Amino acid sequence: MSDMASNDTQARFRDFVRAALANRSFVTGLAIALAIALMALVSFVWTPYDVAHLVVSDRMKTPSGMHWFGTDNFGRDILSMIMVGSRNSIAVALVAVGIGMGIGVPLGCWAAAHGGWLDEAIMRLNDVVFAFPALMSAIMITAIFGPGAVNAIIAIGIFNIPVFARVARAGALALWPREFILAARASGKGTTLITVEHIFPNIANLLLVQGTIQFALGVLAEAGLSYLGLGAQPPMPSWGRMLFDAQTRMMVAPYMAIFPGLAIVITVLGLNLLGDGLSDVLDPKLRRRR
Amino acid sequence: MTAYILKRVAIGIVTLVFASIVIFAVLEVMPGDPARLMLGINASADSVETLRRQMGLDQPLIVRYLHWAGGMLTGDFGKSFTYSSPVRDLIIERGVVSLPLALIALFLSAVIGIPIGVFSASRRGKAADTAVMGVAQLGVAIPNFWFALLLIYVFAVWLRLVPAGGFPGWSTGIWAGLKGLILPAVALALPQAAILARVTRSALLEVLGEDYIRTARAKGLPRRRVLLHHALRNGMIPVMTILGLQFAFLLAGTIIIENVFYLPGLGRLVYQAITQRDLIVVEGIIMVLVASVVFINLLVDLSYPLVDPRLRHAR
Repeated sequence: MSDMASNDTQARFRDFVRAALANRSFVTGLAIALAIALMALVSFVWTPYDVAHLVVSDRMKTPSGMHWFGTDNFGRDILSMIMVGSRNSIAVALVAVGIGMGIGVPLGCWAAAHGGWLDEAIMRLNDVVFAFPALMSAIMITAIFGPGAVNAIIAIGIFNIPVFARVARAGALALWPREFILAARASGKGTTLITVEHIFPNIANLLLVQGTIQFALGVLAEAGLSYLGLGAQPPMPSWGRMLFDAQTRMMVAPYMAIFPGLAIVITVLGLNLLGDGLSDVLDPKLRRRR
Repeated sequence: MTAYILKRVAIGIVTLVFASIVIFAVLEVMPGDPARLMLGINASADSVETLRRQMGLDQPLIVRYLHWAGGMLTGDFGKSFTYSSPVRDLIIERGVVSLPLALIALFLSAVIGIPIGVFSASRRGKAADTAVMGVAQLGVAIPNFWFALLLIYVFAVWLRLVPAGGFPGWSTGIWAGLKGLILPAVALALPQAAILARVTRSALLEVLGEDYIRTARAKGLPRRRVLLHHALRNGMIPVMTILGLQFAFLLAGTIIIENVFYLPGLGRLVYQAITQRDLIVVEGIIMVLVASVVFINLLVDLSYPLVDPRLRHAR
C-alpha cells in the first residue's frame, strides 16, 4: 500500500517537473528567483566593496570598471548595496507571506468548515482589513510602532491575512461537497481532521501560487515603505531607501535611481512569472485562459 | 434585487463602523501623550492637564469614540492642533488635489488597460499578443514611485515639458492644475493599466470559449461585433471588480506619489500628520479614505446587476 502511494507520488512529481520545465514562464521566473536568492546568499560572504565603508573621495562616481553600477552620495558601491539590500527585501516579503498564510489559511479553512455566523463574521472582518489599502495600514502601523524592518514585516503581513483567508476559504468551500470528503466524514473523521488531512493538501497548490504573488507584492510594498523612510533604517541598505537617496540627485546621478529600481523590477517580474507558471502547471484547467 | 441592494448597503455600513473602531483603537494605543507632545518637555504638569481637558483626553475612551464618530456624521471631524484649523477644512483643501489625481489615474488606467486587453485577446497566441502581454508583465512589476522618478527625469528634467513637482493650485486655472497632476497620474496609472490589461484579456478569453459565442459567429456575425458586443459585456464583471479595487490602491498610492512630486494632497497631509502625532487629522483622513473605498466598492457591487441581467433576479 505504502509502496503504491509512494510510486504514485513519485509519478505525480515527475509529471509536475516535466510540465514545469516545458513552461516558459515557470523556467524564466524560477531562474530569476534563484539568481536573486543566490545574490542575497553571496552577499553574506562577499560583496565587491564593504557597504559599511564610506569613501567620501569616491562619492557619486559614474558606473565604471571599478564600480559597475557607480557609487552613491557617501561613496558606497551601488552594486554591493543592491546585493546586501536584496536580503532585506527577501526577508521582509517572505516573513510577511508566512504571517499571512499562518493566520489567514486556518481562518479561511475554519470559516469554510463551519459556515454560518462564524463564516460571516470572519469574512466581514476580512472586508474591514480589505477596506484599508495595504500601504495605508502599513503606514499606520509603522507610525505607531516606529519605523523599521520588523514593523514593515508586520504591516505587510497583516494585509496578507485576508488575502490568504479568502483563497483558502474559496478553495475549501469547493471541496466540502465532494464525495471523498463525504467518505471521510462517513468514516467518522471530525472537521479539523478532515481539514488537515484532505482539505489542506488539496488547496496547497492554490496557496503556493497566491504565496508567490504575495511575495512579489511584498517586495514592492517593502520598497514603498522604505522609500518613505518607514522600512529598514540606514545604514542597513534597502532598495527603497536607495531610491529615496537618489531622488534629489536625479539631475547629476541618474544611475543612482536606475539600478536599485531595476533590481526591484527584475525581482518582482521573476516572482510574477514564477507564479503564472506555477498556476499553469498546477492547474491545467486555467491554462486555456493564458 | 432590493434585497441585494439592501444587503450590500448594510455590509458597507457595518464595514465603516468596524473600520472607525479599528482606526480609533489603533491610534489610541499610539505611544506619546499628544498634549505633552504639543507643549514640549518643559511644560508644567498643570498646563499639560489643562490642555488634556481642553482636548477632551480626560474623558473615558468610549465617550471620546462616540464624540468623534458622532461628529463625523455631522461633518465635524474635530480640530487639528498643528494646523489649528478644522480637520474638515484641511481634508477639503487637500482633497481637491488627491481626488482628481486618483480619478485621472483611474481613468487613464481604464482607457489604456481595457483596450489593450481586448486587443490582446483578439490576437490570442499571435506575436502581437505575446509582445503586448510581455510589456504588461513588465508593467505590473514596476514600482510606481520608481516609474515616477523616471518620468520626472525624462519629462521634467530632460524635455522640460512639465514641472518636476509641486502644485500651483486650481486658482491658477484648470490647465495649470492639470499640468501639475499629469505626471503623477501617469505614474500611478501605468502599473495599474498593466494589471487591468491582463485581467481584461483573461476575462475575455474565458468568455470567448463559451457556446453562445460560437453560435454568434456561426450565424454570421462579424468577429469584431461578437468581441465588442457579446464577449466584452459578459467579461466586464471581473474587470469592474478590479477597477473598484484599483481605486483603493490609487488613493493609497497617492501617499507615496504625492511625496515624490511634493503635491499638497491628502496623502502628504496624512504622512506629515503621522510624523507630527496630529492624531485627529490622521483619524479623519484615514476614515475618509476608507469611506471612499467602501463607497466605490458598493457602487461596483450595485452595478453588477446592470451589466449582468441574471444577477437582477438572484437573491
